[in-house]
Amino acid sequence: MPDFITAWLDQNDVFTTMTMLEYWNGLVQTVQLVFLSLIIGLLVAVPLAILRTNRRWWVSGPVWVYTYLFRGTPLLIQLYIIYYGLAQIPGIQETFWWSIFREPFYPALLAFTLNTAAYTTEIFRGAIAATPQGEIEAAKAYGMSWFLRLRRIVLPSAARRAVQAYSNEVIFMLHASAIASVVTIVDLTGAARNIYSRFYAPFEAFIGVALIYMALTFLLVFAFRKLENHLLRHQRPAGG
Amino acid sequence: MIDLKGYGPQLAEGAVVTIELALLSLLLALFLGLTGAAAKLSASRVARGVATTYTTIVRGVPDLVMMLLFYYGGQVLVNGISDLLYEHYEIDWFFQFDPFISGVLTIGLIFGAYMAETFRGAFLAVEAGQIEAARAYGFTRWHTFRRVMAPQMMRHALPGIGNNWQVLLKTTALVSIIGLTDMVRVAEEAAKAERSPFLFFIPVAAVYLALTAVTELFIKWLDRRANVGVVQGEG
Repeated sequence: MPDFITAWLDQNDVFTTMTMLEYWNGLVQTVQLVFLSLIIGLLVAVPLAILRTNRRWWVSGPVWVYTYLFRGTPLLIQLYIIYYGLAQIPGIQETFWWSIFREPFYPALLAFTLNTAAYTTEIFRGAIAATPQGEIEAAKAYGMSWFLRLRRIVLPSAARRAVQAYSNEVIFMLHASAIASVVTIVDLTGAARNIYSRFYAPFEAFIGVALIYMALTFLLVFAFRKLENHLLRHQRPAGG
Repeated sequence: MIDLKGYGPQLAEGAVVTIELALLSLLLALFLGLTGAAAKLSASRVARGVATTYTTIVRGVPDLVMMLLFYYGGQVLVNGISDLLYEHYEIDWFFQFDPFISGVLTIGLIFGAYMAETFRGAFLAVEAGQIEAARAYGFTRWHTFRRVMAPQMMRHALPGIGNNWQVLLKTTALVSIIGLTDMVRVAEEAAKAERSPFLFFIPVAAVYLALTAVTELFIKWLDRRANVGVVQGEG
């Protein structure tokens, strides 16, 4: 950090260099947690969404049950079940998995991933189901196989339709990740809670962190607007 | 009643707290939502600005952070006012800011912003001709709202209100973090004490599912009532 910023920070009571570092470390945790769960969630959700649109009930049914359960219950409860529950699995403490799941980061990552995958599956299901029938017929007429059709026709156009709803899900996930602080992860909210309890300064601690979250949110909104403009360029009125 | 190692009655009490919290928050959210929608649609630039700032802030900040701010900050604020009153007017007034009040305020405020968007869209969906006709009949503004706007916009608002309610219900779980003994809190303490998380969290999750299922039916019923007389296109 440049000297003049350090000098300025040291005049403050609450926002010192040390608390700034704490916020920074919290930011790193939050971004890691949200980014990883979104990426893994997306990778899980796309195949699940394809299964979910399958006409056979025994294929789509289990996926429906999964999305219904994870969308119908609070994320906090899912986090608690996974965080406290994993330790209770008989014998897990002797396996190598325990060295991973002993850290609170990984149970939280698992809970967030499962949750966002459920929401993303439903978003993609809607987008896939809305594919115009004519496009699929045309692909069939060209002799494309099921997989080729999916890869070239259905998924690209579904992705375009899904991007707006998905951007909401991303922002929802960023905000929902604040509950990671209840399982002792020092994310942004965890850092703010520590700073609050050290200085008994609720306004500085929580308004400070709220501003950071807002900045992140608007960054995401901006990025997704750019992406949407890019993906939906062909739908813009000509000459506009 | 299922006993659940003796925690059954406590969990049931917690469920009642959750429901009370959710209903009171919903009430506040509906009120703020209507006010917010009115402000967003008003001709006054100040009102529009205030409403837009409100909804923008709510969308940018996580619900938990806002709740922590209200709970811890609210108490500091109340203490400050209490000191001030005592020093200047010798009024001995104190008020304990409890988690329930902070929860209702936070959740109401957050979902008020979402409701405002829902109501705004619903008001805009009512034909302008209806309002003009009401004015031509000499209806006052209040009368126009009650007799013409409200019944017609409800039809458009209900699906949005239903969605918001489902999310609101799940958000109430967060209030356990600031110490409210709702069913999540009871389950957490029981799970820790008895070392059996599944036994306590799965019933709680089932209660949430049941609550959403029941309210979904209720909203469907309301929706049918609100749509009486509307000829729906056949798909």
